[in-house]
Amino acid sequence: MTLTQDSGAEARPVPAGHVRLTIDGLEVDAPKGELLIRTCERLGIIVPRFCDHPLLDPAGACRQCLVEVEMGGRPMPKPQASCTMTVADGMVVKTQHTSPVADKAQQGVMELLLINHPLDCPICDKGGECPLQNQAMAHGRTDSRFVETKRTFPKPLPISSQVLLDRERCVLCQRCTRFSEQIGGDPFIDLLERGAEQQIGVAQDKPFQSYFSGNTIQICPVGALTSAAYRFRSRPFDLVSTPGVCEHCSSGCSQRNDTRRGTVMRRLAGNEPAVNEEWNCDKGRFAFRYLTSRQRIIRPMVRGADGVLAEASWTEALRVAAEGLLAARAAGGVAVLPGGRLTVEDAYAYAKFARVAAQTNDVDFRARPHSAEELDFLAAHVVGRGPEVLDYTRLEAAPAVLCVAFEPEEESPIVFLRLRKAARKHGQKVFHLGQWTTPAMRRTAPERGAAESAAHDNLIRAVPGSEAAVLADLPDDVVAALTGGGVILVGERAAEVPGLYSAVSALAERTGAVVGWVPRRAGDRGALDAGAVPNLLPGGRPVTDPAARAEIEQAWGLAEGAIPARPGRSADEILAAAAMGELAGLVVGGVDPYDLADPQAALAGLREVGFLVSLELHTSAVTELADVVLPVAPDAQRAGSYLNWEGRRREFGPALDASGVLPDCRVLDTLAVEMDSDLFTQTPAAAAGEFARLGGYGGAAPPGPGVAAGEARRPAFAQAVLATWRQLVDESTLAVDEPALAGTARPAFVRMNAATAERLGVTEGRPAAVRTDRGAITLPVALADLPDGVVWLPANSAGSRVRATLGAGHGDVVGVTAADVPAGEALVGISAGSTS
Amino acid sequence: MLEFFKGFGVTFSTMFKKVVTEEYPEDFPPAAPRYHGRHQLNRHPDGLEKCVGCELCAWACPADAIYVEGGDNTEEERYSPGERYGAIYQINYLRCIGCGLCIEACPTRSLTMTNFYELADDNRQNLIYTKEQLLAPLLPGMEQPPHPMRLGSDEQDYYVQGPELAKRGDVSDPVGEQVR
Repeated sequence: MTLTQDSGAEARPVPAGHVRLTIDGLEVDAPKGELLIRTCERLGIIVPRFCDHPLLDPAGACRQCLVEVEMGGRPMPKPQASCTMTVADGMVVKTQHTSPVADKAQQGVMELLLINHPLDCPICDKGGECPLQNQAMAHGRTDSRFVETKRTFPKPLPISSQVLLDRERCVLCQRCTRFSEQIGGDPFIDLLERGAEQQIGVAQDKPFQSYFSGNTIQICPVGALTSAAYRFRSRPFDLVSTPGVCEHCSSGCSQRNDTRRGTVMRRLAGNEPAVNEEWNCDKGRFAFRYLTSRQRIIRPMVRGADGVLAEASWTEALRVAAEGLLAARAAGGVAVLPGGRLTVEDAYAYAKFARVAAQTNDVDFRARPHSAEELDFLAAHVVGRGPEVLDYTRLEAAPAVLCVAFEPEEESPIVFLRLRKAARKHGQKVFHLGQWTTPAMRRTAPERGAAESAAHDNLIRAVPGSEAAVLADLPDDVVAALTGGGVILVGERAAEVPGLYSAVSALAERTGAVVGWVPRRAGDRGALDAGAVPNLLPGGRPVTDPAARAEIEQAWGLAEGAIPARPGRSADEILAAAAMGELAGLVVGGVDPYDLADPQAALAGLREVGFLVSLELHTSAVTELADVVLPVAPDAQRAGSYLNWEGRRREFGPALDASGVLPDCRVLDTLAVEMDSDLFTQTPAAAAGEFARLGGYGGAAPPGPGVAAGEARRPAFAQAVLATWRQLVDESTLAVDEPALAGTARPAFVRMNAATAERLGVTEGRPAAVRTDRGAITLPVALADLPDGVVWLPANSAGSRVRATLGAGHGDVVGVTAADVPAGEALVGISAGSTS
Repeated sequence: MLEFFKGFGVTFSTMFKKVVTEEYPEDFPPAAPRYHGRHQLNRHPDGLEKCVGCELCAWACPADAIYVEGGDNTEEERYSPGERYGAIYQINYLRCIGCGLCIEACPTRSLTMTNFYELADDNRQNLIYTKEQLLAPLLPGMEQPPHPMRLGSDEQDYYVQGPELAKRGDVSDPVGEQVR
């Protein structure tokens, strides 16, 4: 932008693609197509507005941004809305600062908007941070000429368990409806009625069940949409705001933590154009009460001679833990299971603890089904890679994207928003290798408002287990689309299908597409780079490379040959060894045994191991079995950083007072000192500094995995192949104590196609039991376009905890029969809010 | 010499003037009518609290002496007319400077100041007054909240014509059955 006020500027040419106009007497060059209100903003002239939002399409709904415009020397007959008008050459614009006409028009609009606006400010949650309040003070009249009775509505109207609607306060700017339609793509909320009766509302039988509904609360310029969880809890002036990073998934969203007197009151989406733009998902926004959950562990605990866990001092607990681990190390070895929710610093501390204090490579962050093939894939394609290879911008610009074993909306919602944006704005082709047309697939279909049948084109159906074979034999149009700079996004679930990672690797080679690995948990990517894996040292150095080992040994001040040359065991192997008595000690971080491929085997390992140390936030299945429990600090009370799926470092600082709690890296450092080893990870900053000094691996990346494609299992009579993945809002540990959030969980159904339902003898809407020899899950049946002989269950929703109940996973064969459930319960899906 | 008598003259003449000494604490002389004394949280005529927990008093307070947390009224448990009530209300009289900005900020005339000025103690804790201490006493015809709205169907009835509704209630219901 260039500002020219002197007459000599006439000679200066207008840059290409720009136009020259005058705003409030200032001459300015603006790019063609820019909205007038943006040009004013860049000049520092603030035009009041409600409906305008830079990430939403222009609407011109509120009329608050009226300015006087002159085109070609002729003034336009009426003031124009600057949020819908684009700049033009020779335009002369006068805002309220220089034009009495514009000022009067704005005051008139404000008076009109306030006619039906109640005097609720003292009791309204928006009060104090309300654009309407602020702009009424700045641009409104002090008096209203309206003396009649205001329009009233019953209020507040809950349009979902987490969003409350107050129609009296609404100024019909349509930000919420435009967000739902354009950004989220699930327009549950819309304008109803006409004229003076016009109002925002939802369909009677369909509440606002969107994963992104919280954003409408944040962008509502009045207090019409408010949060049920934050209702009346504080005022803006009470709050201390700290920027933070979301810990719930690998998207790496910026957020704002608002705290009052040592408690997090609410979280808002932060503005990070390169990552989450201005949005976040409801889980990131609402799931934070685990911080104050009654399950939180505050003091260290030691299992006494009587077999009961009792609180102990840090000194005592660390001494017992160190003695136990030293004895175990001598007896049969100690392994480390850090879990997938760690910051980079903590993961580095775990990786170093394993090599230095436990003297082993038996460390594996993967607290979920995993495979050896996955490790090869990660070493070849993912580790050490930063956002320069593939980031959100590149993802958005790609002509085609293929999602493999990855359900973007459920597993990384911000990736989904980017895919939807790209599909909507420039027709990106988004293909999904999956089982049925999920809501996300419908909304990433290229055509806007495409009919359901058309949307099916972007689903490549595969029977669970046969995905690798399908990927090797993709339709030509998909391959062609991927060949010109396409992107393949692969989720962590690919580990459940033998050969799938290899097939992705081969496909990437064949098409030249860039591979992005999008794990579900926030810590997975960082733990991989930090070396909390059996086959890699920090920075992606292969354990098998003597030079890499020597480099690390030197940096850590270890004796030559201190790091074992053989790759360690995977998490499953570690737990199996523990169950067999081949391992004497375990250090476990945030691992939920019910997330692992075989929960019973995992629990057996944890039970049978000689000495178990648990570092946890909450009491869990692991702490119940542990000999020593050491509490660790939650994200709100510590500094640290995550690597998101792009490999982008997302740093955050403590939002709350951090006294009395220690981060994992500090606990491990002290524990190691008790064991006569030094980690030098006393603070996250120290750990991050050392990790950064280590740098990346200089050697060549190993080749990708070459596992042959597996075959789908064949279901027998009254059986089906199970497809399953987790939903965003489910029974996850960090979403405890959030009834409002749980109320918007998608209801759980057994999904199958009509032919399969007929063959299995179950009817739509009636309950069916999915069973294995370990147990049964009974849920209502919903029909979907799955392949024949396949049923789908949500993996960890209320009433459907697949691994824990069935001990089965994606691709396993399960029995399906009609179930008898008392009449009346049969027609409703089980949602998290209604049970447990 | 003359100066000597002049001086004693002043003393002597004072003996016939009205004594200004207040016999406190034996007597309890009233403060000026608009004295900024201890606060009071007023009630509607049926006993519901006027405070809506809006925190505007806390916002206005230059000494940060007021702490408020809002709460959500339900049909079963109602403390004030309307949606919101003050769930926690504290004034710290160690901090309060008696400026009265809080009562000017109060949108419902819930917070006013009394003439009570005996705000001294030997204990800091005791000088943080809680909602129970600050609430106005229940007058005859008032009922201890929580209870439903007795004077109208919504908060507007209370704000616009609360006293009249209460009177009307008394006339039609002299034993106070309705207002109880």
